[in-house]
Amino acid sequence: MALVETVPPPAAVVIEKPVGKTPWARVKPLVLALIVPALLLAFWQVATTQRWTRLIPTPYEVGEYMIDFAVGGIYDDAFSGTLLTHLIASMSRVYGGFALAALFALPLGLMIGRIPTARMVLDPFLQVMRPIPVTAWLPLSMILFGLGPRSAFALVCLGAFYPILLNTIFGVRSVDPKLFEAASMLGCQGNAQFYKVVLPAALPSIFTGLRLGLGLAWFVIVVGEMTGVPQGLGAVIMDGRTLSRTELVICGMIIIGIAGYLSDRIVVMIGNRLLAWSPTHHG
Amino acid sequence: MAESKTPIIEIKQVSKVFKLQDQTINALHDANISIRKGEFVCLIGASGCGKSTLLRIIAGFEQPTTGDALMWGSPITGPDPTRGMVFQDYALFPWLSVRDNIGFGPASRGLAKAVVKETVDKFIDLVGLGKFANAYPHQLSGGMKQRVAIARVLANDAEVVLMDEPFGALDAMTRERLQDELLDIWQRTGLTVVFVTHSIEEAIFLADRVVVMTPGPGRIESDNPLLLQRPRDVASPEFNDIRRVMSAKLHSHHGKKAA
Repeated sequence: MALVETVPPPAAVVIEKPVGKTPWARVKPLVLALIVPALLLAFWQVATTQRWTRLIPTPYEVGEYMIDFAVGGIYDDAFSGTLLTHLIASMSRVYGGFALAALFALPLGLMIGRIPTARMVLDPFLQVMRPIPVTAWLPLSMILFGLGPRSAFALVCLGAFYPILLNTIFGVRSVDPKLFEAASMLGCQGNAQFYKVVLPAALPSIFTGLRLGLGLAWFVIVVGEMTGVPQGLGAVIMDGRTLSRTELVICGMIIIGIAGYLSDRIVVMIGNRLLAWSPTHHG
Repeated sequence: MAESKTPIIEIKQVSKVFKLQDQTINALHDANISIRKGEFVCLIGASGCGKSTLLRIIAGFEQPTTGDALMWGSPITGPDPTRGMVFQDYALFPWLSVRDNIGFGPASRGLAKAVVKETVDKFIDLVGLGKFANAYPHQLSGGMKQRVAIARVLANDAEVVLMDEPFGALDAMTRERLQDELLDIWQRTGLTVVFVTHSIEEAIFLADRVVVMTPGPGRIESDNPLLLQRPRDVASPEFNDIRRVMSAKLHSHHGKKAA
C-alpha cells in the first residue's frame, strides 16, 4: 500500500526530522485518524449488503440522503434542503444555552471558590443537584418553560452549567499560595489580587470548564429538542425515529458529531492563543 | 559599611509558636539580630532551626508571637514593597512574560506606563535577560527564572532583599554564576540582603555576617562577622579555616542533641 512505500528508511527519518516535516509526517495524523472510521464504514457496508439487518440503510443510501438533506433535488420531501435551517436552530440553542450557563456559572464559581460563606451556603445544594441528569429535568422543564424552544434552551443551559461551575471553583481554589505572597510583597494587596492573581491563575481551569460545557451543550441538544420544537437536529432525529426514517436519524447524528467537533476545535484554538503561557494547556 | 545609626532591620526578642491541632511548635525562640543598611547577612542552619520563619517575619508574612520586628524602628505589620522576597521556587506569575513579571510591582504601584517600561528595561539588562523579555516563565531555565525573580524585586525599589534558599534548586555551575552576579548587584546598588541557606560554603562566600541557627527550639546560636576580603576564593586556606569553625558551630549542636 501507499502507506508503506512513503515511509523513508529509518536512517533517513533521523536525518530529516530536524530539517522539516516529510510529506508523510504531514499526512500521517490524518491517515491514522481515518483508520477507525474507515473500518467502521466497511463493517457497516458489509453488514447492510449482507442483510444482517434490514432496518439500517447502507452507507450509500445515507450518503445520498445527506446530499438531499443538505441541498435537496433527490427525494424532494419535507426534509430536503433543510439541513442549514436545522443546524442554525440547534447552534443557536447550543451557543445560547452555553452562554447563559457561563453567565451564571462563572460568577457563581468565583464566589464559591473565594468566599467561604458562599461555599457553605451553595456547595451542598449544588452537589445534590448535580447528579440529576438533564433527561430527568425534561418533564419539569416542559411544565416550567412550556413546549418548545425555551425548554430546549433551558435544558442545554443546565447541561453546560456544572462543568463550567466546578472547574471555575477548582481553578480559583487551587491558586498557588506563594503567588499571593509574591503579589503582596510587590505591593498588590487586598481586592486587587483578585484581578491580578486569582483570575489569571484560574484561567486554564475556567477554560477547561468552558470547553467541557460547550461539549456537553452539544451532547444534550437532542434531549433539549425532545421538547416539541419544530426545528433543530435533535428534532430531526426525533422525527426520523417516529417516521422510521433511519437514514434521517443517522444524518442528524453525523452532523451533530461534526458540528460539535468543529466547535471544540475553534475553542481549543482560542485557548491556545489565550493560554500560550500555560505549559499544560495545548490541546 | 554602616552609615546610619538606626538599623534597617531589627529583631528584638522574637519568638514564634505555631499551633497545629494539639501540637505547639517553637519555631523560633528569643531571636535578637540587628542589620545595618547595606549589609549582606546569611542565616544558616539545619532544617527546623527557624531560619525561614525568621525571614518570613522580616518579610511580614508572619507576625511574631512575642517580641518586635522593626524596619527603620517601626514595627513590620505586613508584606511591603520595601522588603522584596526571592523564593526558592521562584513564585513567578506564569501568565506574565519576563517583562511583565518584572513590571508587576511598578505597575501595581500605579506608576505611569512609560516609567514602568523604562524601569523594566533597566532591570532586564541588569540580569542579562534582554533576549528573553517576551518569554514566559515555563520557557526559562531555573537560573533564568531566579534572575527574573531578583529583577522583579529590584525593579520595585526594594531596600531589603530577602532570599529564601534562592539557589537551592539550581545546578552547581548556575549557582556559582548567580552568586557572582548577586554579589555584583549588591556591591553596585548598596542593597541590604538577608539570605537563607543551608550551605556553609555559600554563606561564607557571600556574607558580611553569618548567623548560625540551631533547631529544637529554633534559635540563634551565634552571629559571626566575616572579615575575609572580597572577592573571596573558596579554595584559599583562610576560607577553609572559617569553614571549619562554622561547621563546628553547626555540628556542636548535633552532638549535644545526640548525647
